[in-house]
Amino acid sequence: MTQPLDLQSVTARYGTTKVLEDLSLAVGAGELVSLLGASGCGKTTTLRLIAGFLAPTSGAIRLGGRDLTRLPAYRRNIGLVFQNYALFPHLSVRGNVGFGLKQRGVPTAERERRVRAMLDRVGLGEYADRLPAALSGGQRQRVALARALVIEPPLLMFDEPLSNLDAKLRVDMRVEIRQLQRSNGTTSVYVTHDQEEAFSISDRVAIMHAGRVMQFDRPETLYRRPANVFVARFVGFENIVPMRVTAREGASIQAEVAGIALALTEEAMGPVPDRFLLGARPEGLLATPVAATGIPATIGIRTYLGRAYQYRCDTPAGPLVANGPLSQPLDPGTQAWLVPVPDQCCVLSPERTP
Amino acid sequence: MTPRLNPAVVAVAVLVYLFLVGPLVIILGASLSDTTYLTFPPQGLSLRWFENIFEISAFRRTIVTSFQVAFLATMLALVIGVPAAYALSRYRVQLPPWLGTLFVLPIIVPEIVFGFALLKSVAAGAGAPIFVALLAGHTVLVLPYVVRVIGASLSSFDFSIEEAAVSLGSPPMKTFFTIVLPNVRAGVIAAFILAFITSLNDVSVSLFLTGPGISTLPIQILAHVEQFFDPTVASVSVLLMVLTVGFMAIVERTLGLTFLAK
Repeated sequence: MTQPLDLQSVTARYGTTKVLEDLSLAVGAGELVSLLGASGCGKTTTLRLIAGFLAPTSGAIRLGGRDLTRLPAYRRNIGLVFQNYALFPHLSVRGNVGFGLKQRGVPTAERERRVRAMLDRVGLGEYADRLPAALSGGQRQRVALARALVIEPPLLMFDEPLSNLDAKLRVDMRVEIRQLQRSNGTTSVYVTHDQEEAFSISDRVAIMHAGRVMQFDRPETLYRRPANVFVARFVGFENIVPMRVTAREGASIQAEVAGIALALTEEAMGPVPDRFLLGARPEGLLATPVAATGIPATIGIRTYLGRAYQYRCDTPAGPLVANGPLSQPLDPGTQAWLVPVPDQCCVLSPERTP
Repeated sequence: MTPRLNPAVVAVAVLVYLFLVGPLVIILGASLSDTTYLTFPPQGLSLRWFENIFEISAFRRTIVTSFQVAFLATMLALVIGVPAAYALSRYRVQLPPWLGTLFVLPIIVPEIVFGFALLKSVAAGAGAPIFVALLAGHTVLVLPYVVRVIGASLSSFDFSIEEAAVSLGSPPMKTFFTIVLPNVRAGVIAAFILAFITSLNDVSVSLFLTGPGISTLPIQILAHVEQFFDPTVASVSVLLMVLTVGFMAIVERTLGLTFLAK
């Protein structure tokens, strides 16, 4: 039932604008992959190409060895869950969920049985005769989910399915989606602009920008070892500092920026080339008033984050954002040192800067 | 707590209703008069002027023609207008903005000009039979109402619903009839009624397109008034109202007049 999805150098051009450029993506059987990026990055276009609502300019889309590229949308057998649910307003919950089975010519008795079983599974058994208008947002999204799942598609796709729900429900629903997807083992593509959502439910995430995949990896890898400056900034490495290695001794490294020497270790950061960019989250730069081997800084604006204070600082390496402990608030205008915390930092190659 | 009504507002409201209903009451009264001239209040009660309608063959024929033309023109306009309205809202981004305006031209251009143009092009130009010319003229006349009204109900239609149906295995054409059309049903009914009444009432366009042997009821009423001043005109007006209301009642019973509530 479950099948791998393969996009082979798909390019989509509309008029003179290139929406997708030479995009290749392999989603393993049973895997849940998110396409993550800001609006206009091409993630929705990719989904619509796979669904068959758009045609690629070149390239191929394969699902389990079957070539979908020229197949009309209604013959692709893909379960789709839309952002605005897209339920049929004139059909009951039962009619909505049974719609796909009806198109497949499933006999009434079996259809009824399968719709019932699916509604029970998403906890809407007693709502079968309601119209969509009489349901809450969460219930509607469950109907949409049931409607896509009941046809037992080899591929499920989600287009920002939770963005119309409130925050609490969003978290519950994404756990529910993950559970259903796991127990069915259906290959899934999930489009979202919400990083936390993508990271929390996906096996792998493709971070997209300007019609390209910037990095396609497990969430843990993306979060700790971004492959380039774009992804690094995207996952929260707000400080990017160009550095040069001056001395190596085993895994210990001496590096230098603007004449300031820093001690680093490869153990926590991975291999460090001679010239590199040091990426640091605000929590990866510890602001301390005690003179230390760090970057000297003048404290600017202080904001309170609850778990820490955050400072905008002026340094010889440029403006940086650092965090400091609650026990030691620093005042604007005072002198401090920013000490890198190696396991909250990443190493980027300068030549991979886009 | 009942809100206090301003007496001036009440007076205006009463006046408005009076002007709306008054003429109808007068026509109804005049149609029942036993006199040989139009008068109100009626003097003596009689249905003889209603009988008279059916004795004048021109009225009999034009009533049938008017309803035939109104029905056929409305159906034709729906066949053309529904796909047009669909395309205009579905591909709004891709289509040039003036294309939608094109469909309201028959409303914008003065009807009398429009009627004359049709006479030159369809009736005289192409040499079409009178009934065909009349039908063509009325179809174009009511088309804007169909496109506008259905376009309005499609503007609130979420086209991702259509995509959902397609993704579930329903071919595009079938999806249009099973998913799109049921959701704009109210608009289709409203368009039908509006188009039907517009065609039934039309004088300016019909004036140019009717000819020997074939005419419509409003034209016949005009012709009759020019020659006679008896209450037949009042009776035929009442009859027209009753037929129209009856027709709408059938439409409502069979299709549901939910658009009034929306």
